[in-house]
Amino acid sequence: MARRAQPISAGVWVGVAAAALILMLTLGTLGAVFTRAGTLSTLGPADWAAIRFTLLQATLSAALSVALAIPVARALARRQFVGRGLLITLLGAPFILPVIVAILGLLAVFGRRGLLNIALSWAGIEPVSIYGLQGVLLAHVFFNLPLATRLILQGWLSIPSERFRLAASLGFRAADINRALELPMLRRVLPGAFVVIFVICMTSFAVALTLGGGPRSTTVELAIYQAFRFDFNLGHAALLSVIQFGLSALAAVLAAWIAVPAFGDAGLDRPLLRWDARRLRLRLLDGAWIVAVALFLLLPLAMVVGQGALALFSLPEAVFWAAGRSVLTAIGSALLMLALAFPLAYAATRAGRGFEVIGTLSIAASPLVIGTGLFILLRPVTNPVALALPVTALVNAVMSLPFAMRALVPALREVEATYGQLADSLALHGMARLRLLLLPRMRRPIGFAAGLAAALSMGDLGVIALFADPARATLPLQLYRLMGSYRLDQAAGAALLLLGLSLALFWLFDRGGRVNADA
Amino acid sequence: MKYPIFAAGALFATMAAAETPVLTVYAPDYFASEWGPGPKMEEMFEAKCGCDLQFRTGDLLPRLLLEGDKTEADVVIGLNTDVTKKARDSGLFAPHGQDNASLTLPVSWTDEVFLPFNYAHTAFIYDTTRVANPPASFDDLLNAPDDLKIVIQDPRSSISGQALMLWVKAVYGDKSGEAWAKLAPKILTVTKGWSEAYGLFTDGEADMVLSYTTSPAYHIIAEGDETKKAAIFPEGHYFFVELAGKIAGTDQPELADQFMAFVVSEEFQEFIPTGNWSLPAKLAADKLPEGFAKLDMPEKVLFFDEDQAAALRDAAVEEWRAALSQ
Repeated sequence: MARRAQPISAGVWVGVAAAALILMLTLGTLGAVFTRAGTLSTLGPADWAAIRFTLLQATLSAALSVALAIPVARALARRQFVGRGLLITLLGAPFILPVIVAILGLLAVFGRRGLLNIALSWAGIEPVSIYGLQGVLLAHVFFNLPLATRLILQGWLSIPSERFRLAASLGFRAADINRALELPMLRRVLPGAFVVIFVICMTSFAVALTLGGGPRSTTVELAIYQAFRFDFNLGHAALLSVIQFGLSALAAVLAAWIAVPAFGDAGLDRPLLRWDARRLRLRLLDGAWIVAVALFLLLPLAMVVGQGALALFSLPEAVFWAAGRSVLTAIGSALLMLALAFPLAYAATRAGRGFEVIGTLSIAASPLVIGTGLFILLRPVTNPVALALPVTALVNAVMSLPFAMRALVPALREVEATYGQLADSLALHGMARLRLLLLPRMRRPIGFAAGLAAALSMGDLGVIALFADPARATLPLQLYRLMGSYRLDQAAGAALLLLGLSLALFWLFDRGGRVNADA
Repeated sequence: MKYPIFAAGALFATMAAAETPVLTVYAPDYFASEWGPGPKMEEMFEAKCGCDLQFRTGDLLPRLLLEGDKTEADVVIGLNTDVTKKARDSGLFAPHGQDNASLTLPVSWTDEVFLPFNYAHTAFIYDTTRVANPPASFDDLLNAPDDLKIVIQDPRSSISGQALMLWVKAVYGDKSGEAWAKLAPKILTVTKGWSEAYGLFTDGEADMVLSYTTSPAYHIIAEGDETKKAAIFPEGHYFFVELAGKIAGTDQPELADQFMAFVVSEEFQEFIPTGNWSLPAKLAADKLPEGFAKLDMPEKVLFFDEDQAAALRDAAVEEWRAALSQ
């Protein structure tokens, strides 16, 4: 027995180390900012307005994203067509886009002079305005619908194809499948998806500002920025950050309370065939959803491509150097993320959900507070500027952890529940278990998580803004610099380069995880 | 034999490095970027100082305040008047030692600590192909039809947004709240920073954008495009200045002084118009490049010094927020 217990605890200890690092980066940096500030401040009426608006838009954004993602994920889960894999990858693009690129794309479609209003004016209909709460929601759904779809699609794909065979042999119709297989799965997946998106939208600030139409649409994250940047009131920034954490934690607790624990769904990984969905009406319905979501998500991207294509070939050399640095940082970030996420996920399945919570903490953290806190913590020890890129890679890794945990923990739990006993009986432990059981069975979520981490890191301006070294700029930073020096055409070219590289990185990792897999 | 040669080379290299003093300059990110004035400035200054000028970029004042008297900065360039009060109160800065009287600013400058190197005025920029009859005054703008859409920056996150807020305060004083309420329906949106707003304008989303009187110079000189113009208002335009400062605790006091002198030298000042798309703080008008003669300039310049601005700021932000939240 002693031999059996040892490798498990070793894995858990690595998880503990990873958890400690994450706690340092999230709560530790917050603590550093607090300590440096010395005093606490109180909340003014503007802060309360920001808190109210943040909660309102985050709730609506998450609800809309998840509600729309259900039919889309169902359509993708039960249809096979040429280019399905490519479409799924492309549909993920908005989530990994730098905000400013996405906004320009959205405006080209939904803006005052966008495609939609041009079409409406042909039809003689009054133009619609994107600016206001509707704009914030539109952008948030644009960003998060892909994530919601992926999370829910993973849920669908986790139902073994044998279940559908059994259902077909029992003569189940679509409605029966819905009741017996799909609804229980959705009950398990939806609360988590809702909370993830709720919390992402809580910390959003550039979106709300550009499309929000004015100070009505002020979020807590903007209030943090203001406190930090303009008032240099660290205490106030830290206090607002605590509120942001608190609200996110509340949402997470609610979700955990609603969600029911997963049951093991053992299967033999046969290709998924859906006899129930062969009726014409369902085929048309699924087709309509796929076309609609593809238009909604891909048209703005196409506009980004169109606007940047010309300038792509006249980009200054510095932009390509920055792109190289960004790609390396992104790959480093993806590897770091895996090094943190795997032990954490392992510890979460072995030693309690606390590890899962810690892995999810950073989603509620303010990048500004992390950046400032790190600066305060690192300065006595070393020169933070020299560490700009490694620090960026690490912070980006931690920022993408929550998404990785969402993908890895359920997968790991399922593998352990389904094959764990078999593996135990074969005395498959330690590295052998990792190599022979866990890695092969979890290739899909690992690829997805790594791709996401790389792409998110690619597009993130993040902490580098505080630490920046002029000679070591990343691609998003160069993009902002081009915009800030009137070179908007070249900025459009850089945006296209960024879009292409982010997608390529995501595709490579994600594809790597899905080699030989049907989905 | 290889190793001694290598060792000797390394030794000479370190000696050379030790002989070249380093001047560390903190600057905003845009300033030191490839497309900002930084690289050229570095080249010009290094040619005369026999030193190595190194830029450090990022959020200028937050970083300085975090570092306190342990800062590595020798000099700072790119501060704005809305942070000078906090910067001054930190006690980190020493007098600049240059002659304020010789500056060619439209306002009289008496600050012994922060030295202006270029300026512009806040202005609404429009495209002559899209706006045939631009507002001829601030009042005109307030009373313009609501389908004239402008885009502005948030005074809580952007220095130009802050300048607009003070501009309105300077023109309308106690009636600023009403002015904002009148302007509100014409505000398409409020962006985090200047870049996003200007992008919305050049993309055709907005008819006018809050920027600077010198913005059209970029289009005229770099793009040969004369369709972008600043709407000039007789009520006056708010003065927007960028400043340099010397850190009191610098370990390179002579170099820092040399740098402050260089900032207002004719060589650097002649580079400002096309290097930073701004008006030089100390240069005779006839030395400006040709394109600048085509710029529309205000006759009246409005400005609050840092104490006045500090006294107004919190209430003005709240007034702005309240008026635009209706």
